[in-house]
Amino acid sequence: MKYWTIVKAALTRKKIRTFMTVASIATAFLLFSLGRSVAVAFTSEVDYAGKDRLIVSSKLSFTQAMPMAYANRIEALEGVNQVAWRQWFGGTYIDRSNFFPKWPVPESYFDVFPEYIISEGGREAFSQNVQGMIAGADLAEKYGWKIGDRIPIIGDIWVKSDNSNNWEFDLVGTFTHANGGEQDEAYINWKYFDEARAFEKGLVGQFAVKIRDPSQAEAIAKDIDALFANSPDETKTSTEEAFSRMFAEQVGDIGFIINSVLAASFFTILLLTGNTMSQAVRERTNELGVLKSIGYSDKLIMIFVLMESIYLCLIGALIGVLVAYSIFPLFSGVALGFAGQIEFSFSIVLSAIVLALLTATISGLLPAYSAMRLNVVDALRKN
Amino acid sequence: MSFIRQVLSITRMNLQSVIERSGASIVIIVGIAGSVAVMVSLLAMGEGLSSTISNTGQEDRVIILRDGSNSELSSGLGMQEVDIILNSPGVKEENGDPLVAGEIYAIIDLKKKGAESTSNLPFRGVQPSSFRIRPELEIIDGRNFNTGTAEVIIGKGAYDQYDGVEIGDQIKVRDGFVTVVGIFSTGGDVHESEIWGDLPITQNIFRREGSVSSAIVRLESKDTFDDLGIYIENYPSLELRVLTELDFFDSQASGSELIKIFGQVVGYIMAVGAIFAALNTMYSAVSTRLVEIGTLRALGFKGSTVLVSLMIEAMILATIGGLLGASIAYVLFNGYTVSTLAGGSFTQTAFAFAVTGDVVQQGMSLALTVGLIGGVFPAFNAARRDITQALRSI
Repeated sequence: MKYWTIVKAALTRKKIRTFMTVASIATAFLLFSLGRSVAVAFTSEVDYAGKDRLIVSSKLSFTQAMPMAYANRIEALEGVNQVAWRQWFGGTYIDRSNFFPKWPVPESYFDVFPEYIISEGGREAFSQNVQGMIAGADLAEKYGWKIGDRIPIIGDIWVKSDNSNNWEFDLVGTFTHANGGEQDEAYINWKYFDEARAFEKGLVGQFAVKIRDPSQAEAIAKDIDALFANSPDETKTSTEEAFSRMFAEQVGDIGFIINSVLAASFFTILLLTGNTMSQAVRERTNELGVLKSIGYSDKLIMIFVLMESIYLCLIGALIGVLVAYSIFPLFSGVALGFAGQIEFSFSIVLSAIVLALLTATISGLLPAYSAMRLNVVDALRKN
Repeated sequence: MSFIRQVLSITRMNLQSVIERSGASIVIIVGIAGSVAVMVSLLAMGEGLSSTISNTGQEDRVIILRDGSNSELSSGLGMQEVDIILNSPGVKEENGDPLVAGEIYAIIDLKKKGAESTSNLPFRGVQPSSFRIRPELEIIDGRNFNTGTAEVIIGKGAYDQYDGVEIGDQIKVRDGFVTVVGIFSTGGDVHESEIWGDLPITQNIFRREGSVSSAIVRLESKDTFDDLGIYIENYPSLELRVLTELDFFDSQASGSELIKIFGQVVGYIMAVGAIFAALNTMYSAVSTRLVEIGTLRALGFKGSTVLVSLMIEAMILATIGGLLGASIAYVLFNGYTVSTLAGGSFTQTAFAFAVTGDVVQQGMSLALTVGLIGGVFPAFNAARRDITQALRSI
């Protein structure tokens, strides 16, 4: 950078102002990072959803159970590869604050969801141990579980036939997610659950259906619902993505409001920053005039001013994202209702950089343009 | 005395020139207004949700769930357990009938207006005593359902949000229908987001024959809570959890706490940004007025009076910004009704944003803090300047 000295001189001219401009840009980007990660929380599941999977739930409501015998009838349909099912377990591990989803599932569930990579021997142990449980690696780490540990869960929805709600499961394996998806769930052996529970035996919460050709998803979903139309247990079949989105949409209004409010605040701060930058250029009119009179071209002057604003914005954005990243552990584990966890992803950094460049150009363009158009005589006279 | 006079005259002079320096003043006002508007909107959202949920609770009403359950949705009681509660001490009686109701709380999926996918609408199966336990319920349109028929009434919050729930409309449930015959209000609490139907019909729809989700009790007075609680606790092989409605709905309002905390965090972060912007503007505002300040000092005005009057100017700008921000939030959002999945219960609760005095007060203290911090350093700087140096900058 041949002209770095000039840009640097402009930036260090008033150190306090440069510092405070960078600081206010940094706060804008801190807000941006927080907002983005909240937005990610509203859509997180959607990104990982398999395109070749359908979710069948009761048409009345997703909390209503359906007969397990539906599995065979769905599996017999053209284009269907395999069917598994699950049931929401709820329940509490030691304290109410330790919430994580628990699903009783048959072993075949892991064929329908091949992206779960189960620790060695875990799947065999799951099928052999009736009280077996496979937990996400993150979950096991969080609570310090080791294979072989007995995990006590107090049931809220489900009580056992002996009217007790003290359930116990053996941790037989852990899983990671091939695409980096949620690892804070636990799967428990269906056979044990179904035999032990006091009511709704033989009924399942949702079916997960693996299909051969994702492009046939809609047609197969219609076929499934047609199978059970006008029966007491009508179904509603959607792609896994649409099923997840249904929950995101339900939090919907709030997510949208939070995001628009954050966007508004981001732009408010940028407006202020833009004003500061044009002020900084106005104050230097005289100096720019000198530069022009000794032969710097109009274009170069414009580039100087733009460089200055790009530099301020990039540094500010970087600091903002770093601060967001470092305070993030405070928010991790905070689940926004059904929206999932707040997560900090690398894409936030990338979009922050793009946004910083964009902001720099927009807020620097006007002062840069007026600096370029500056008449040397006028500029020098303005002493 | 002369100190106050000096301050007043400098302040008057400053304020008269505010219009000329409108660029700088606007930056301060906009920055503060933005922060306050953002914080007030988010807090009003949390406030609306929490007051809707906690308004539902009354201190002489009790909700009984199965031990271990934290919500009505996950709880289940047998009808024989409801019978035991009917004969418990501490329960209020009306014309010889104990005010106890077994109720089913379940979900049906319906489409919100303009939505493509369905949302979870709470469906409550109630007994005749449910209405006597909740005298605040009022049918505002149509009529109440007839016992033993597949008729339902819908809360006004749900009525406003959902499609196909006009009076006379039929809602498909399993292989049959229920008919909407009325709209009810309960004074803005969570029940307004629900559909109510007769208990036996509801048990049938949700396959919960012989069981309910919870029992609601009206106490003789709030002091008889312990009588009921101890009786249930000591009853052999009865695993139930007795809570006052106040405690129950407080525990359901956790989601709104989160929104409030989020609102405060965002508001404070924005305020920090606004402080930097205000500092920047005030510093340059002061530096362009150095000659003016130097002249005042040369005329005999004290440094401290310059400081105080600059502070007054900053606080006035902050107040304007704060009021502006709060008004923007009020106009845009107050009373705006949204609905969301309420914490812990999987169901939609409709609520209105509430820009309350408390929320505005929090916003205003944010504004004044920004004004104070943004003003004090530049003002201090100006007051301490050497007179000759200040005058030389002509």
